[in-house]
Amino acid sequence: MIRFLFHRLFFQALPTLFVLAALSFLLVRLAPGSPFASERELPPQTLEALNRAYGLDQPVPVQFFRYLSGVVRGDFGPSLRMPGRTVAELILAKLPVSLELGFWSLLYAVFVGLTLGVLAAVKPNGAGDHVAMTLALLGICIPAMVMGPVLALIFGLRLEWLPVMGWHTPADRILPVITLGSTYASYIARLARGGMLEELTRDYIRTARSKGLSEAGILVKHALRGGVQPVVSFLGPAAAGLLTGAFVVEQIFFIPGLGETIVNAALNRDQFVILGCVLLFGSFMVFFNTLVDVALAALNPRIRMTGGKGRHEG
Amino acid sequence: MKGRGAAAYSLRRDAWARLIRNRMAVAGLLLLCLTAGACVVGPWISPFTYYEQDLFNTNAPPDGTHWLGTDELGRDLLTRILVGGRISFAVALAATLVSLVIGVTYGGISGYMGGKTDAVMMRIVDVLYALPFTLFVILLITLFERNILLLFVAIGAVEWLTMARIVRGQVMGLRQQEFIEACQVLGYSQARTLFKHVLPNVLGTILIYVTLTIPGVMLLEAFLSFLGLGVQPPMASWGSLIKEGVAQMEDAPGQMLAPSIALSLTLFALNFLGDGLRDALDPRRTEGRR
Repeated sequence: MIRFLFHRLFFQALPTLFVLAALSFLLVRLAPGSPFASERELPPQTLEALNRAYGLDQPVPVQFFRYLSGVVRGDFGPSLRMPGRTVAELILAKLPVSLELGFWSLLYAVFVGLTLGVLAAVKPNGAGDHVAMTLALLGICIPAMVMGPVLALIFGLRLEWLPVMGWHTPADRILPVITLGSTYASYIARLARGGMLEELTRDYIRTARSKGLSEAGILVKHALRGGVQPVVSFLGPAAAGLLTGAFVVEQIFFIPGLGETIVNAALNRDQFVILGCVLLFGSFMVFFNTLVDVALAALNPRIRMTGGKGRHEG
Repeated sequence: MKGRGAAAYSLRRDAWARLIRNRMAVAGLLLLCLTAGACVVGPWISPFTYYEQDLFNTNAPPDGTHWLGTDELGRDLLTRILVGGRISFAVALAATLVSLVIGVTYGGISGYMGGKTDAVMMRIVDVLYALPFTLFVILLITLFERNILLLFVAIGAVEWLTMARIVRGQVMGLRQQEFIEACQVLGYSQARTLFKHVLPNVLGTILIYVTLTIPGVMLLEAFLSFLGLGVQPPMASWGSLIKEGVAQMEDAPGQMLAPSIALSLTLFALNFLGDGLRDALDPRRTEGRR
């Protein structure tokens, strides 16, 4: 397990992060147009001074390694649009809210999705299956930007049951979390159903049944361990999707999260802020994917034995 | 009935027959044609334009002249939804096409060459897979001027990874078959073998994945436009219309509901069609599913 983790970290996670950093930094620095360009033409002396102040007059490789050594120390550079503010403090101010929204949404998605998926798999083509899969289809075809406003309209404005603005009380969390999590709950339900159905055809399940174990026990204790694997593999992409999907939900429900910072930075062409966010989200994804691989290895010993190669088959 | 009539059916006709028998898939196909057709034709026959303002008639409810009412600047909502649909469909098709070309070529070459080439090419895909792509697209938008064409290319350039993986897997399976040997014996170049003989066999799988890519791209475009990073006003897309509608939600919920319904219906249609195609083209995988 230690060797597996070592291999995963140093041969996959770190190189990926390096490529991400290099690729996005190069893109930013080689893109046409100065980051300081605005409607008002700046005199060349000013531009030169600005470039020197931000170290942008150096050759690109030098800039890159300076930036990288800063990032390692937690310094993501200055904001180019808000003088005196660093990217790190801009991000840190808003990140906790986005993370909390993502966390609850993921929890909701896994809980609801697994429940629906397992219920559907117990009796394929039964009534429960149809209901669960219809719900999943609805969740997939109704994106957050549609579900959010509709939920806010029905439960907030018309019925006045739930608040639709802000991020203060626990009740504020309900609608945003449902909005953000439902799509992923739907995918998880489909994956869990598929995984469970496949697992339930295995020989060891028949053995367990012939031993007279209870059906519920077989489901939860035996089949779930194998059936849940497709769901676990999906958690990596899901976590990434939740983080970016949160931007829309934050805007709908007026939640002070990272989305606004990123959108404003994109509109103002505040390059270092976007760059910092790309790196941050990249690290989250790499972290999550590593976590997922470790979880898969724990669930399935065959992956452990092949030193992490098994994931790419099929 | 002449004995071996069944063999006369080609695979393609067989698949088509299976698709036609699937009621949900047919409904999806019809709905899709209807929506796309309306978006293409509608703006031409509409007496209104998407940008024409009528400040004496803002936020009007639906009536005989404005079938879906007007928005906060008095623009005809139906026309804006149809024009927005054009954008959504155009972005989806163009980006899917870009991803198709890159993905199929990349995956085809990787799977066909095998060995070291394949290992290196797939390692690159693995690394790219782990990048936060939505943010990457936002980064691209930040760097270049916000224009629709660039959006197509950027999204397409980002969406090809899964296609490459799927095509590679299929091609690797086909590589072992005899007709490839026959091609080699005939002295065909590798490129000719790959593009003329191997890839046509993967067409079904590609088609299935295309019906999955289109809604994905559509959502991404809607996502960006919703955030204000996509189409710029007065141009509309379904994402930007939903955003504009949300601002008027308390007084005129129809402005939010109408484009929402358009987007969701299209996604439903694409999903049904995609499921139907998968069942029709790949009957082996149908068991155990729905």
